[in-house]
Amino acid sequence: MFTGFMVNAWTVGSIVSIVAGLVGFFVVLRGSAFVAHAIPNGSLAGAAGASLIGVNTILGFGVFALFGALGIGVLSRRGRHDVATALALVVMLGLGALFVDLSVEYTPEIYSLLFGEILGISNNQLTTTVALALVCVIAIIVLYRPLMLSSLLPDVAAAHGISTNRINLAFLAVVALATTMTVPVVGTLLIFALMIGPPAAARSFTDRPIHAMVLSVVIALVVVWSAIALSYQTNYPVGFYVGTISAAAYAFARGWAAWARHATIRGGSDPQPAQVAGSAG
Amino acid sequence: MNPTLAAIFAPGLFTSSPVQIAALVCAIVAVVAGAVGMFTVIRGQSFAGEALGDIGTTGGAAAYLIAAGPLWGFGAIAVAGAAAMELIGIQRPRGRDVATGIVLGAGLGVAALLLYIDTVQDSTTGATFTIVFGSPFTITSSAIPLVIVLSVISLGIIVLLFRPLLLSSISPELAASRGIPVRLLGAGYLLALALTVALAAFTIGTILSTALLVGPAATALRLTRSPAKAVFAAALIGIATTWLGIVMAYDSYDWPPHGQGWPVSFFVVTLIFLAYLFAGLPNWRRHRATATPTDAATRA
Repeated sequence: MFTGFMVNAWTVGSIVSIVAGLVGFFVVLRGSAFVAHAIPNGSLAGAAGASLIGVNTILGFGVFALFGALGIGVLSRRGRHDVATALALVVMLGLGALFVDLSVEYTPEIYSLLFGEILGISNNQLTTTVALALVCVIAIIVLYRPLMLSSLLPDVAAAHGISTNRINLAFLAVVALATTMTVPVVGTLLIFALMIGPPAAARSFTDRPIHAMVLSVVIALVVVWSAIALSYQTNYPVGFYVGTISAAAYAFARGWAAWARHATIRGGSDPQPAQVAGSAG
Repeated sequence: MNPTLAAIFAPGLFTSSPVQIAALVCAIVAVVAGAVGMFTVIRGQSFAGEALGDIGTTGGAAAYLIAAGPLWGFGAIAVAGAAAMELIGIQRPRGRDVATGIVLGAGLGVAALLLYIDTVQDSTTGATFTIVFGSPFTITSSAIPLVIVLSVISLGIIVLLFRPLLLSSISPELAASRGIPVRLLGAGYLLALALTVALAAFTIGTILSTALLVGPAATALRLTRSPAKAVFAAALIGIATTWLGIVMAYDSYDWPPHGQGWPVSFFVVTLIFLAYLFAGLPNWRRHRATATPTDAATRA
């Protein structure tokens, strides 16, 4: 279980969890779950297009991820954010349907891009993933302060000369990058579930941003490690375990927050946890 | 028929039975999606619409496994997903996003398992492909009665709740102060949304389901501020784009590269997107001329 190709699975799984935990914290904070779903899914079209014209599928995927992210950013300046995201997603998927239709050999690849093949990662892929992950983590560290400020207090951010639009575009680009790095190895489903479940659970436990980020990474790691182990034992897809365990982690966190609030109300002491529970969503 | 018309409407278009069924089903779905979609856009719940369609495919995969009617699978899972979103708290503005995301993640996880089992049993990826991309040309006429029943139910819910739902969507506080049960209405709307999306995702695929739910309604809300007019406009835009898409897809059978036709979803999505962009043009000019901020509630 810890030898041969499984070593790569554990390594990549851990790297993906760290990136998803960090980026996901901001996804949940900014209410961008739809974007986190739309970019990986829509970018599948890029992979299909690349295989149609005979280019590296990851490159096609990355180009679509970036253009999708920028498209969502530009469209939502003049309209509702969720409408812009939905339309960008369906346009990309429509192109994907066209590309798949025009090429004949692509079909079997859809399943692996949707649900990933973490148990079959080559050393070559490992290097690329590590490099892109480093870029993602550095981007999050650099953007940390302006991103926090513009997510929580947009007015104060504007007063400090931080352009909300520009920060939004930068954030979308980070999501696109994180997606491109992770989807070829773990699939669109897994990365989405990891960017929502663990951070949302972490925010139910604590209100402090740094604590929540660390906790989010820890929960993501636990989810992925147990998913890989279970998948290895049972042969069922990793995505199934990641999706359901992430949701279970969130359910547990919400339950814990509700219980903590209940306990403090009955104890009549510190009113703080009530706020924690209030920010759970 | 004169030559120009004959070039647009390829021979056999009006007599082909798959085309007729596709046109009928698309029109039904466009009307229902237009009505439900207007509320989806006003309430900012496009993500829920997209997510329910996606997890509906889980139901499709489950139905495929036990060889039940896939539409039942789509419907059951979409309603269950909507109930879960309601429980987690989709009606709180802050919880909306996460509620939808958690349900979508879990639903897709189960879909991965079911599709895996489907694939192992059949050793093909056909099921994945059909369920993910779907096409209106694959509907059989035997599905039509069930399609009509589901449409009537969701349209009925919307018609019945129209006025109170509209008020509670635009201003929940005002609605609550008038004694309107906002939460209950929201749940009723979510049920209509789940049924509509299940119906659309099953008949015309998840891509077109989201496109028809959000695109025409958002376009209509850019053209008119009257909700009733917007519903009609959305239905008309939906019908026009899908029918035009079907005609183009039918024509494309002679197109390169290998004469097997381009997908309907590509044409319809492109048309819907163009309509949305064009509907925004006058507004954009006015914005540049006067630079007045428009009311966020009426912007779509």
